[in-house]
Amino acid sequence: MERKGQTKQGQRKVRILVAKPGLDGHDRGARIIARAYRDAGFEVVYSGLHQTPEEIVQAAIQEDVDMIGLSSLAGAHMYLFPRVVELLKEKGADDIVVCGGGIFPQEDIPKLKKAGIKEIFTPGTPLKEVVGWVEEHVEPRQ
Amino acid sequence: MRSNMSQITEKVTSGDIRTVAKLIRDIDDKVPEAREFLKDLYPFTGRAYVVGITGSPGVGKSTLVDQMVAHLRGNGKTVGVLAVDPTSPFSGGAILGDRVRMQRHSMDEGVFIRSMATRGYFGGLTQSTRSAIDVLDAMGKDYILVETVGVGQDEIDIVQSAHTTIIVLVPGMGDDIQALKAGILEVGDIFVVNKADREGTDRTVNDIRLMIEMDEKRYEAGWKPPILTAQAVFNKGIQEILEEIENHRAFLASSLERQSALRYEKAKNDLTEMVKDRIINEVLAEIVNSGEFEEALTSIMERRLDPYTACDMIISKRVKTGMK
Repeated sequence: MERKGQTKQGQRKVRILVAKPGLDGHDRGARIIARAYRDAGFEVVYSGLHQTPEEIVQAAIQEDVDMIGLSSLAGAHMYLFPRVVELLKEKGADDIVVCGGGIFPQEDIPKLKKAGIKEIFTPGTPLKEVVGWVEEHVEPRQ
Repeated sequence: MRSNMSQITEKVTSGDIRTVAKLIRDIDDKVPEAREFLKDLYPFTGRAYVVGITGSPGVGKSTLVDQMVAHLRGNGKTVGVLAVDPTSPFSGGAILGDRVRMQRHSMDEGVFIRSMATRGYFGGLTQSTRSAIDVLDAMGKDYILVETVGVGQDEIDIVQSAHTTIIVLVPGMGDDIQALKAGILEVGDIFVVNKADREGTDRTVNDIRLMIEMDEKRYEAGWKPPILTAQAVFNKGIQEILEEIENHRAFLASSLERQSALRYEKAKNDLTEMVKDRIINEVLAEIVNSGEFEEALTSIMERRLDPYTACDMIISKRVKTGMK
């Protein structure tokens, strides 16, 4: 009785935190992504707007997620995204995969990846690709 | 294994957040070792006071829980929150959004919030939420608030493992209250009409009062559920809710007979659910995996067999008593 979003052994299900760090007030994109993840069979915890990196990391730990999807449209990603990765490391939770989506200048993308953000999705990315990336790169914790 | 076990127990009872979070995940994912850890943790449970909060979607349960957490923290109490949202029956996925209303507590070490999905069809919700309550209890939380969408049997089951159950409604539900009567109204210890700045609050309060007063059995039990109004968004009426929780708690504690009846009911309920869960997960899985199930399905589809006979055939092979 294998179902989507589950691995073969046991009934592990991928859990994802979709979070909006910073002062950015638009979450339509984040909600669409959350919906796409749900339809792929993942369990998605949505954080709501205006979260600090500290709050996001704390939520990720309490919810025991496998991945954090950060959404940012407001330009503060160069501080906020690496800070989340840093805090995860501090808490010994750097097995949690971090990726980001939103609007970023091209030259920031390699810097973000270097800072430990596994993948960056920009406007126009098909939902299928966003979901497929998770299926390929995120394993539920064993 | 053994040393690992006592280590986990020690970490949970000393409040280690990561260990607790991972253990709840293991319970939810039905990892076999999680059961062993739960056995080990059981002696440390039974101290927390469990409050169930239920009501239709959109009545303001999460906001209410958020305010209750703030008040309880103000009184120096530690709080665990389990927020249960439905799993999509089509994809098996879920969006768990209750945290949105409670985020201000995420940096507070005295609060542990966990979102859970109902998952699956076979009563899985009941069991893993109940076990998660045990974990938060062993973690040492003074209060555990369990928020569920109060539709369907599973959610009412969850409420049965709470000491106090709060039913949240909003004005203007009209005949809906009538429809609620048989199910959810009977399990409520406290009723809260939220969004009480809206028109129709008095009417709703009266409708509930009428419903309760028609039900004489409730007086025999000695606790008449209070009906409160609140505006959770504006932090109004929360103190009164907490006071009624304490009143109900005192009521439950006031008679030894009642206490032991309550403990019996809880144990019975827990054990029944646990046995049911195992039977469904293990026996049903065995039946499905044996191929017999599919075979029977085909026969029924082709109308060579009726489902009643098919069921008898499957069951009689495995259960010696009862049938025949």
